[in-house]
Amino acid sequence: MRIGELPDERGHFGPYGGIFVAETLIAALDQLRQEYELARKDEAFMAEFRHELKHYVGRPSPIYHAKRWSEHLGGAQIYLKREDLNHTGAHKINNTIGQALLARRMGKKRVIAETGAGQHGVASATVAARYGMECVVYMGAEDVARQSPNVYRMKLLGATVVPVSSGSKTLKDALNEAMRDWVTNVESTFYILGTAAGPHPYPMLVRDFQSVIGEECLTQMPDMIGRQPDAVIACVGGGSNAIGIFYPYIDHKDVRLIGVEAGGDGIASGRHAAPLSAGTPGILHGFRSYLMQDENGQIIETHSISAGLDYPGVGPEHAWLKDSGRAEYVAINDDEAMRGFHDLCRFEGIIPALESSHALAHAAKIAPTMSKDQILLVNLSGRGDKDINTVAKLSGITL
Amino acid sequence: MSRIKQTFAQLKAQRKAALIPFITAGDPDPQLTVQILHGLAAAGADIIELGVPFSDPMADGPTIQRASERALKHHVGLKDVLAMVAKFRTTNTVTPIVLMGYANPIEHMGYAVFAEAAAAAGVDGVLTVDIPPEESVAGIFTAAGIDTIFLLSPTTPETRINLVAQKASGFVYYVSLKGVTGSANLDLAEVAGHIPVIRERCGLPVGVGFGIRDAQMAAAIAKFADAVVIGSRIVEEIENSPRDKVVANLTAFVAGVRAAMDAAA
Repeated sequence: MRIGELPDERGHFGPYGGIFVAETLIAALDQLRQEYELARKDEAFMAEFRHELKHYVGRPSPIYHAKRWSEHLGGAQIYLKREDLNHTGAHKINNTIGQALLARRMGKKRVIAETGAGQHGVASATVAARYGMECVVYMGAEDVARQSPNVYRMKLLGATVVPVSSGSKTLKDALNEAMRDWVTNVESTFYILGTAAGPHPYPMLVRDFQSVIGEECLTQMPDMIGRQPDAVIACVGGGSNAIGIFYPYIDHKDVRLIGVEAGGDGIASGRHAAPLSAGTPGILHGFRSYLMQDENGQIIETHSISAGLDYPGVGPEHAWLKDSGRAEYVAINDDEAMRGFHDLCRFEGIIPALESSHALAHAAKIAPTMSKDQILLVNLSGRGDKDINTVAKLSGITL
Repeated sequence: MSRIKQTFAQLKAQRKAALIPFITAGDPDPQLTVQILHGLAAAGADIIELGVPFSDPMADGPTIQRASERALKHHVGLKDVLAMVAKFRTTNTVTPIVLMGYANPIEHMGYAVFAEAAAAAGVDGVLTVDIPPEESVAGIFTAAGIDTIFLLSPTTPETRINLVAQKASGFVYYVSLKGVTGSANLDLAEVAGHIPVIRERCGLPVGVGFGIRDAQMAAAIAKFADAVVIGSRIVEEIENSPRDKVVANLTAFVAGVRAAMDAAA
């Protein structure tokens, strides 16, 4: 089977993906898959999705030539796909609109979501308000403390934020708790999963909803420069912004696809969040993929400056793209990401999200090794206003 | 004949339902687990479900999550759990042990390696909560002489019962309510209605679990089910007992349930 035609009927991307959940959720996942199959072929549903993306999100998002920064780096030209300009400030909204429309189609009046940094929580609370649904967001207690502005945003939008105090009190535990809620309230509730991970059909449907990013690039790049880029670069936590921009490029074999994981304090330190770079295959949160785990198969704690990349697993399609050789995956450390962050602020007047700063930093690393007529397209997946407290703290400044 | 099959056959002859308590291996600490297993068997447990601790127990409520966390503080891994079973087997060769847990520790060890090691340790059955029949490698377990136990839930469509029937052995475990382990609100009449269909389709004994809080409820379920599984309530007993009273308190609780079930039979 052609890579781009995956997953198979049971959600497999090669050996990865699948459905690994308790029996209680199987029927709900089957129902979701069936409903999605109908919806994607329903012109009215897709037209409404596109309408919302245009008028509510503000798509298409522009592509911007970071000329001054490219000149400074002295090599390849860097272009930015401006997902940071979307409503709510990141790519997450593309997916939450798609899933909320599915929830409405299925007659579900209550939606739940997990969130790490709070971006997916905010995007979920936003669409719940937009479509008049009850919204409950699970967030690790540590993250609630670290990301208080986003917690307040969600509350302003009418959502209930539930701090999760089990395990490491971060994103993975929030996901566990959201799953537990779903098991308990499966008939009334739609689970808006935030990344291209989880049990089938989530990796597929999140990818499809996020693919608008890459689809736009496919026409925008030739319009701007007369051709496709030499490489597409995106950060990878769960991997939704990356798969969104990679997927439409899979058949464009001359375009390199580069995913950038969070290297934290460095791969050698063990303190990172880079399962594709340094993990091994396993099963977590309903799917098989690369994981950060110890010798007993227990999931280990991850470390990254960016809460949005602080996740021990990665979407199954990325695992497959890695094994098949179609995409390459690298890791960028915290300090390198910080340099990417500051560079973009100073050279281009754009404050990027710390997640996206990993992709920027890798572009900055390879651009000088390339010629000036080569093109790097970086997915600027979100804006960095949410991160200014973290950055200030690292610089020893109290706001 | 497998130990599980033999146990159910004997109970059927006595017109009794099996009592299956659940504990997490290594809770409250690894030194106590084998002692607890012997205590449960002595108090009238017919089969014991031994939880393999996991860092992300997605299908469990807070009580069993805490048990996993207590065990993981002592770094109890799958190999340690197998060693506990082997030690239990040196003096008890009759009470079946079913390992219950999540996919990843087994996946990480490797299914074939695990099956062989588990059989050698004296494990009788395996229930991996997050491996549905479609993804199951039950054949590897069967070849090693280990039964593969599956969950069925109130949301399982009838067509899936047949799928489970193809891969299941030992017994099937009917999750008596939606939700995680330890939840409340069990509707006995509704549960009772499901059991005969499942038993017939699977050709196996049917155990009922999730939400069973006391001896009275266990006795009521024993009237229509082949086995009663008690998890969170037992784990609470461990959690709330001082270390030197854990075995005594558990034994007393399980003996009480056993007596109520036998009186109602």
